[in-house]
Amino acid sequence: MDSLLNSARPPVLCPGCAHERMTHTLDQAFRNMGLAGHQIVLVSDIGCSGLFDTFFHTHAMHGLHGRALTYAAGLKMARPELNVIVTMGDGGQGIGGAHLLAACRRNLNVTLLVLNNFNFGMTGGQYSATTPPEAQLGSGFLSALERPLDIGEVARCAGAPYVRRCSGYQKELASLIQEAIEYEGFALMDIWGICPGRYTKKNRLTPRMIDEALAQRPPLDGVVPENERPEYGQHYRRLAAGQKKVSAPAVIEPRFNAPQKGRQEVVILGSAGQRIITAGELLCIAGLTAGMHTTQKNEYNITVLRGPSISELILSPREIDFTGIEKPNVVLALDQDGVDRRRDLFERLTKKSFILQIGGVSLPDSKARIHQIDFKAKGIRRTDWALASLAILADLNCVISVDMLISALKLKFKGDTRQQAFALVRQLGTH
Amino acid sequence: MTYSLLEGNEAIARGAVAAGCRFFAGYPITPATTIYHSMLNLLPPIGGICMQGEDEIASIGFCLGASMAGIKVMTATSGPGISLYSENLSFAIGSEIPIVIVDVQRLGPSTGSATRGADGDINFLRWGNSGGLPVVVLAPVDVKDCYTLTLHAFNLAEEFRCPVFLASNKEIGMTRESIDLQQVDIPDIVERSAAPADQPLLPFSPAPGTHVPDFLPIGHEVLVRQTSSTHGTDGYITTDSAAIARNQERLIQKLLSAVDRFSFHEYYGDKDADTLLVAYGVTARVAKAVFKMQKRQGKPISLLILKTLWPVPQKVIRHAARHAKRVVVVEMNLGQYKREIKRILPRKSVSFYGQMDGRLITPDRIKEAVNG
Repeated sequence: MDSLLNSARPPVLCPGCAHERMTHTLDQAFRNMGLAGHQIVLVSDIGCSGLFDTFFHTHAMHGLHGRALTYAAGLKMARPELNVIVTMGDGGQGIGGAHLLAACRRNLNVTLLVLNNFNFGMTGGQYSATTPPEAQLGSGFLSALERPLDIGEVARCAGAPYVRRCSGYQKELASLIQEAIEYEGFALMDIWGICPGRYTKKNRLTPRMIDEALAQRPPLDGVVPENERPEYGQHYRRLAAGQKKVSAPAVIEPRFNAPQKGRQEVVILGSAGQRIITAGELLCIAGLTAGMHTTQKNEYNITVLRGPSISELILSPREIDFTGIEKPNVVLALDQDGVDRRRDLFERLTKKSFILQIGGVSLPDSKARIHQIDFKAKGIRRTDWALASLAILADLNCVISVDMLISALKLKFKGDTRQQAFALVRQLGTH
Repeated sequence: MTYSLLEGNEAIARGAVAAGCRFFAGYPITPATTIYHSMLNLLPPIGGICMQGEDEIASIGFCLGASMAGIKVMTATSGPGISLYSENLSFAIGSEIPIVIVDVQRLGPSTGSATRGADGDINFLRWGNSGGLPVVVLAPVDVKDCYTLTLHAFNLAEEFRCPVFLASNKEIGMTRESIDLQQVDIPDIVERSAAPADQPLLPFSPAPGTHVPDFLPIGHEVLVRQTSSTHGTDGYITTDSAAIARNQERLIQKLLSAVDRFSFHEYYGDKDADTLLVAYGVTARVAKAVFKMQKRQGKPISLLILKTLWPVPQKVIRHAARHAKRVVVVEMNLGQYKREIKRILPRKSVSFYGQMDGRLITPDRIKEAVNG
């Protein structure tokens, strides 16, 4: 197979740079595999390793520092047949640490070659995540303060199923790279090399010293058996194929007339866990069964199952512009949390306003008519109070009719939930 | 009339799928999360891809990779996520990668209030990239707009090869509303223009007579280069200042010269009105209510609802304001777009009402601003 090196753009690296050797080794691996340029995408980021995409006649995507693995993930999911190869330095690995961990956990069939030369070469030899503390670098004493990271160990702990730590001067490197590319899953190679432009200006490092340093570490030689598992893309496609198709939004035919002709504004004041939002949705659906325009605007704290939950509903025969409610026709006061959050609302209520006050909730003064009911005494669970209050409204033919509510329950609920809701409406019905 | 009940976020998701979007990646954030949930329901069963990134940076990174592989992509977040998107937004702008980005705005600054609305990111969306090149920002008013503007957003992203933002708001995204889906105007779907497949690709050379380069996906038999570096037409880094300047100018002109074609807006002119009210987003709904009240009360005003915010639809604004003695701008922020209105209408009296406290602006506040 022909070389995929880009003869028009030969490497522009410092004399003696390990990256130059890597360029030829990677090309050798491609040739051994018999790959054509269009079967490969080289994804790179910033720094000297980020020049790699220009050295080859392959597809290329060169982007932001440390983000190459994220572009690679999108490319591989979109084009599973492509050989997606990421080159990154120890710098990119450091700044993109979260992406490295996620890539190990995700296990997409992407090959990551970390061209590890223990410093930021391009910007003047600052310390990176792999710099030994004794190194003399452009970052002065700061280099001595942080502990270097063992990329391979981190990758193994994070779940990478293929991890190799090796020297960039190793004779059989091309076939090791081939093995990594051919591995069905995320494969990482931490390849140690020498940066003559910066690192070895003041620090001694030779291929032999690299071999000695590698020999002192526990070996990482490729497949990590305990991390082997289905490749993400294949696994995704298998699970995705079993997902049920979502139907188009339900279209609701108007069948009833709303009890009141004009615009009706309802505020439900409750607390989280009371199914306030569901009740609001039911009221809207009931409105749709009468051909009304509806809006539902909710307010709640970011906390779950605690704090006020408020739903503001508008049912109107005309288009609804302002979705807020200033003087509601109806207030359903289901919990003190909701009432306290909207105390200012009560002073705006008029004689025409109607409040359904649930036993145990105290209300600020207002001019509104108040209808009291004790759901607890009727044996109704707190989580059903919002629905129960809709049943009361329907029974009073206020905003919605019983027909509208029953129809909404049929559209929203199925099975037991529907039957229980019907039973509640029957229990509270007087007509 | 027959209606469905849909929240704004779900309408965006459904609009995206109708536009041909088959890749979504996002990171959970209130009030945008239900877009992610909807895409997760919608995409996998039809062969699409929905992913959760390890953070917002990864989410948009996935999208850019998939877009370069030829798929229509979307991501969704809120203000804090837009901050993290920034470096990749600059990449998408400068390297012409189509992507639709939804910002369901919440009250800022910073993490702010997750469940309170605002339109506080309007200038951030425009200017939050390195280089300051133009972007497209569309602002939905209601659930119907969430659907149709998403379709337009994809069309624009594909046609102009650029990021297109949907500047939504918690008060639209998480508000449910009746919508008559039969009455929705659906534009024809636009696809990226493909480069010839029988010759080497110059990935950043505009097609003849256009400002936009033709596209081939990474993975095609013809090799494709993509780079965030300052590049020539061949996609290789360049130091040729003339070529660089030409390219920057093209990136500006491809949008500015075309904005008249996508200046989405609603204009309600009244010949007896001397006041023009200008609004966008959820505030435009309130403005419309005020417009109707003023008419009923015999004190008519004109109303301009902007749905394309960037590039600034100057022609539309000048036309709507041509007879107005005064212009009133209302915004759910402390006065971001009013600067543009003042810039475009230097000889008009422009006044402003804004509010950034997590509440909707009420009709009374706008009436006060209009009636002085």
